[in-house]
Amino acid sequence: MQYLCRDCTKLLNINQIPSRCGECGSPRILAHEELEELNIAHFDCDSFFASVEKRDNKELIDKPVIIGGGKRGVVATCCYIARQSGIHSAMPIMKAKKLCPNAVIIPPNMAKYKYVSKQIFALMQPLTPLFEPLSIDEGFLDFSGTRKLHKACAAQILAKIALKIEEQIGVSISVGLSHNKFLAKLASDLDKPRGFSIIGKKEAKQFLAPLPISQIYGVGKKFAAKLKKDGFINIGQLQKYPKSELIKNYGELGATLADLARAKDRRRVKSERKVKSVSTEITFSTDIADFSTLSTILLELAERVSFRLKQKRLIGDIITLKLKSANFELRTRAKHISFPTHFAHIIYEIGEQLLAKEVDGTNFRLIGIGVSSLLSGIGEIPSDLLEPKIYKKAKIERAMDILHEKFGKKALIRGKLYQIEDKLDI
Amino acid sequence: MKLILERNQLLKSLSHVHRIVERRNTYPILANVLIRAFDNKVELRATDLDIEVSEQTAASISKEGTTTVPAHTFYEIIRKLFDGAEVELEVENEQMSIRSARSNFHLSCLNAEGFPSLKAEEDFVNKFTINAQDLSELIERTQFAISTEETRYYLNGIYMHTIENEGKEFIRAVATDGHRLARAQISAPSGSSNIEGIIIPRKTVSELQKLLDGLEEEINIEISDSKVRFTIGSLILLSKLIEGTFPDYERVTPKDNDKKLVVNRSDFASAVDRVSTIASDKGGKAVKLIINRDQLELVVINPDHGTANEILPVEFSEDKFEIGFNARYLLDIVGQIRSDNIIFMFNDSGSPTLAREENNDEALYVLMPMRV
Repeated sequence: MQYLCRDCTKLLNINQIPSRCGECGSPRILAHEELEELNIAHFDCDSFFASVEKRDNKELIDKPVIIGGGKRGVVATCCYIARQSGIHSAMPIMKAKKLCPNAVIIPPNMAKYKYVSKQIFALMQPLTPLFEPLSIDEGFLDFSGTRKLHKACAAQILAKIALKIEEQIGVSISVGLSHNKFLAKLASDLDKPRGFSIIGKKEAKQFLAPLPISQIYGVGKKFAAKLKKDGFINIGQLQKYPKSELIKNYGELGATLADLARAKDRRRVKSERKVKSVSTEITFSTDIADFSTLSTILLELAERVSFRLKQKRLIGDIITLKLKSANFELRTRAKHISFPTHFAHIIYEIGEQLLAKEVDGTNFRLIGIGVSSLLSGIGEIPSDLLEPKIYKKAKIERAMDILHEKFGKKALIRGKLYQIEDKLDI
Repeated sequence: MKLILERNQLLKSLSHVHRIVERRNTYPILANVLIRAFDNKVELRATDLDIEVSEQTAASISKEGTTTVPAHTFYEIIRKLFDGAEVELEVENEQMSIRSARSNFHLSCLNAEGFPSLKAEEDFVNKFTINAQDLSELIERTQFAISTEETRYYLNGIYMHTIENEGKEFIRAVATDGHRLARAQISAPSGSSNIEGIIIPRKTVSELQKLLDGLEEEINIEISDSKVRFTIGSLILLSKLIEGTFPDYERVTPKDNDKKLVVNRSDFASAVDRVSTIASDKGGKAVKLIINRDQLELVVINPDHGTANEILPVEFSEDKFEIGFNARYLLDIVGQIRSDNIIFMFNDSGSPTLAREENNDEALYVLMPMRV
């Protein structure tokens, strides 16, 4: 049987699994029959926000740390020391304080966590083209077909990346490896923190059988209660129940339920998330109430959005205007147009119509515009029986685009934007 | 107020009237229908401030009076009563009781004094009668092309006016949303000369069309500067007109389109419908027509899903010609064609196309191509 040392990341072949690595002496040995065959992995940072804070303030290392508070007053996450007192995420801070009076409570610094998350994802990205970030601190990886590239199996790559992240970023991750997403995600949670668990094809059903049904992906509180009422407590019961009956009772959800209980999950690891909208916004250095100034800035933003849509070959038919007043009141107004488009002048015209209804003397600190309900393509050149100008405007924009491509964005700008060109680099 | 009338009769009138009552209203009384009992008649009236519909029906009145009750609730109650039953309405203490068979309802009333009326004390200059079917035909032919765009509000209705052509007078109806234009005409009934051009709002048109359904009788039309009044038997529909200038549709109706395509209507309609299945709903459902001699190929390309094409035999004597249309707009127009074949007249792939029936110039459709 083969085993993998998680510290020197060597893959060794020995009849009996040793308690320590024969090469480096580490006790972190990972052995599994299917070790080399499994390719779908899930990783999850261990108490991510708390780990980042501990990394940046060594005094916190041996203290129970809670990230949370703020407006909603609940625990966002807490370190493993705090968890020993029974604290968990989403618990009210007041209750957490009672359970662990000496806990250090730190308000979340999302900007920092996002930055660290980006660093971690940047390390994951080159490992495989099939990397699917799931949230700020977790993601799926599909290593199928990467063996020759890495000259190593998925388990080895994962052991290496886990060490690399600890070394370079200073936070630890837990890894789950299996043959589908559902099991990989379950596995990563098995032996936290700094965990690495494998669920093989052979033992998958057996492994799932004793687990409560709430462990199944997609079974929330309500559905779990319903299943419980119908007599399903653990996954094993679902395994024995015919799929057709489950479909009869729970519809489409029943089919998924039957498959997942039988360790079948067809969901693929998808590298790309579909772009849902393209938008941009700008916060002014001083508040603006004047329509014509706002409108001019809007034109600039519409051009930026249009440029990005054209780059991505996307068109959309919902235009959304966003405004934030000086006292942070947010207004979003959307309009559905009759054909999807990427034209700056149309995005602008619709945006301007929406803007005209909102300008009422209010001081605004931010304006933004976006296009959503997207589909791929370049769309039609709008034409109107009654207004031939519409067609001409679109033709002009197409011509401008060609010039921009050849000579750069500043080669030709709309007259209206000429006056604010320097002001906009806020 | 106290009266008795037959349920079916009440239901019929009420169904004509209650439809124009909006579901959401700024003024509570606009959700109500006015009931006026007088002279062995009962008048029902509803309004949305742009349209007012009233209808009178026979009833045995034991006490005259006027009140208003929530229109949709009242309608639902009457609808659910027994077919042919007698209904007694009585107002007492700001409530109206509805009694029929063993059912008993009490509805809160609002005082009729606050009920708005579309004042009609003005000069109705044009007065004429028109056959219900003719009027319905004009609407049917053009209604689909009415615009819903708020910014060009003057396109939110059907434009009607009298024209003279080769010594004959016609009433012509036109609607357009900028993408397509529908034009239909009928011989002008006597007294209908000199209609200078009115724009009848979309909601009025659609209510009118429902009211005209199946009728064969003559309808009275009266037109003033700002309103139009239709009298259909004991029913009166009074509507504001859209104030604004309808664009010069003659200018955008092509006159020199010389490429003629003749295609079987039902084959064409089902083929367009079939190939456009693949087109994205949002993508404007673009369908391309590639015509070469006596063959038409319909092509749809959806970058996200795939492609479709279908070939049809046609009459076309020119060399290869290509043009793209929005499939939905194309089908809207084809749906209006009653002859076996549909005739398209093209100019070039960027110019408006003309569509019409065989041997009939009374109805004409203009369609803007889609250009990429």
